[in-house]
Amino acid sequence: MQRLFFFCLLIVTSLSAQALDYSGNVAAELIVFTQSAQFDQQMDDNLTLSFKPKLRQSWNEGNDELSVELFFRGDNQDDERQHADIREFKWLHVSGNDEWRVGIDSVFWGVTESQHLVDVINQIDLVEGIDGEDKLGQPMIHYTTIQDWGVLHAFVLTGFREATFHAEQGRLRFPLVVDTSQTTYESSDEESHIDYALRFERNLGDTDFALSWFDGTNRDASFSVGFDQDGQTVLIPFYQQITQFGLDLQSIIGDWIWKLEMIHRNSEADSFTAATGGFEYTFYGIAGSAIDLGTLVEYSWEDRAVDAGVFDNDLFAGARFAFNDVQSTEVLAGFIVDIDKQSQSIRVEASRRLGESWKLSGELQLFNNIDEEDLPLQAFKRDDYLLLELARYF
Amino acid sequence: MLSKYSIKKVLMVILLGMPLVVMAQTAEQKGLQIAKDAKAYDAGFVDFTANMLMTLMNKKGDTSSREIRIKTLEVTGDGDKSMSIFDQPADVKGTAMLTYSHGLEPDDQWLYLPAIKRVKRISSRNKSGPFMGSEFAFEDLGSQEIEKYSYKLLREEACGEMQCYVLERVPAYQYSGYKRQHVWIDKQAYRLIKADFYDRKDEMLKTLTSEDYQQSLGHYWRPGKMQMVNHQNGKSTTLIWSNYAFKTGLSENDFKSQTLKRAR
Repeated sequence: MQRLFFFCLLIVTSLSAQALDYSGNVAAELIVFTQSAQFDQQMDDNLTLSFKPKLRQSWNEGNDELSVELFFRGDNQDDERQHADIREFKWLHVSGNDEWRVGIDSVFWGVTESQHLVDVINQIDLVEGIDGEDKLGQPMIHYTTIQDWGVLHAFVLTGFREATFHAEQGRLRFPLVVDTSQTTYESSDEESHIDYALRFERNLGDTDFALSWFDGTNRDASFSVGFDQDGQTVLIPFYQQITQFGLDLQSIIGDWIWKLEMIHRNSEADSFTAATGGFEYTFYGIAGSAIDLGTLVEYSWEDRAVDAGVFDNDLFAGARFAFNDVQSTEVLAGFIVDIDKQSQSIRVEASRRLGESWKLSGELQLFNNIDEEDLPLQAFKRDDYLLLELARYF
Repeated sequence: MLSKYSIKKVLMVILLGMPLVVMAQTAEQKGLQIAKDAKAYDAGFVDFTANMLMTLMNKKGDTSSREIRIKTLEVTGDGDKSMSIFDQPADVKGTAMLTYSHGLEPDDQWLYLPAIKRVKRISSRNKSGPFMGSEFAFEDLGSQEIEKYSYKLLREEACGEMQCYVLERVPAYQYSGYKRQHVWIDKQAYRLIKADFYDRKDEMLKTLTSEDYQQSLGHYWRPGKMQMVNHQNGKSTTLIWSNYAFKTGLSENDFKSQTLKRAR
């Protein structure tokens, strides 16, 4: 990986007609679990380091650009979290109304905050966090055309990225360790299966909407129980072929922002519909201060026969405080309750700039009243944690 | 909204020939005419780009800075479109904001968050909120459309070595943080020289001064330095503008939410 990094550096600097843009951050992260572990071998706390360099070089008056973003995490306790990834290594070419992106890239689709249903292009870097916002770089050819009638994206996704899972020492894992060396696929092409996707986006005044279609390997794994080479019981991931249709829509009506995401997913095993919808309403300058308070409410539902999703009948309520101060202080607090099972998840995120180039972030995650039947969450019920990260940006 | 650092546009009020035609015009009619003439003077710039260095200073003298690149596209018959790209502080580098400004209607606004590569449509109601923790509110930096205010010519007086119109502007849009503003606009080229901002309780809140005006393409004036002093909290913010370029060939496609991701 390091060699690759210097190789990238070499390519990029050799193009240097225009200035090379170098940025990124180095961060130290401390995580402390407040309860004793549910499973053997799991850690109680951990101090890790991460490094995220970014390089960018453009030429041809900005119509061509090479961008590279790498990610490294050093972790002494969790071997699976000690990892490196090429988040981005792509060539962008712009020609009139058309854009081409070729290489490894990351794409975000969707509008809601509590979960990201339609966002299907990239695999989640699960060991980095459970909120779905850390993603593995995806190899692709991505064509975009911008027209009066809207924006159309076409994707050819050349190769599949397996999700990352914690080692035995890791917290926020399943009762059994996932053995990715035995991963199986529905497609005989396995991880070299080529996936396709289309997305159409349009802005109609106060409303933005998008329709999407994806055909290929499911980013979510299903699991079977098996044995690893030492005879230990493990979970073996299985990736199906799916077709997924998605809709996302956001509308600003007065002071309200209304949001909806909806998917329909078909596979050999099942077929289901899921949706998340809600609103965001912001109170500006509360109590005569410069602080804005955004309130969020979202409801999630799905009709999957097998109870496999976390968000099957769940209500999310959140509050976002933007202090609008020199240090850009922000606090986001969210609460999710499963209406059927009463399981609760509480999360508070806060961040503040220190000086010009440091940033301190914190995250508190609590699991409360987790129902024994609430399968994915049951495994995390003793994994309440407090996380602090100090990052230096350059 | 961040966009076109407004003020300067408005500044350019005033029609030289005006006073000659004075029939029995009211102070309000004169004020509106000056605002229209200022807008007309600056019309036809097509597009421009510039770099902005923003320095925040608190009462103790501690400073903090931001670097932002601005691109603006002139839109005839509506507010302008603008893009702001953040280079500093380093933790927000790559963040970009796109604004379609409108007269009295709320602006359309999108934000690109590079950490998660997400383009987010945001509410533009936050007119009176501070921009990046500075003493400039969003409404101070937004596109200055004629219909955003009602006007009144208060007087004419010397402003430094120039002669200025002194106008009172009362915001006509919702959620302004101001009851009224007094603006000094030079008679020669409609440059905004100074503005006093009165809060909703009608108490003096801030004073803006603009200087080091530079002329581009032999016509369009833009300030090299703007300073906003808050009289109530003792803080101030200075904007240093550089690399003004007009008619750079920007197109509609450079101002779409879908192209925010590749804004540079």
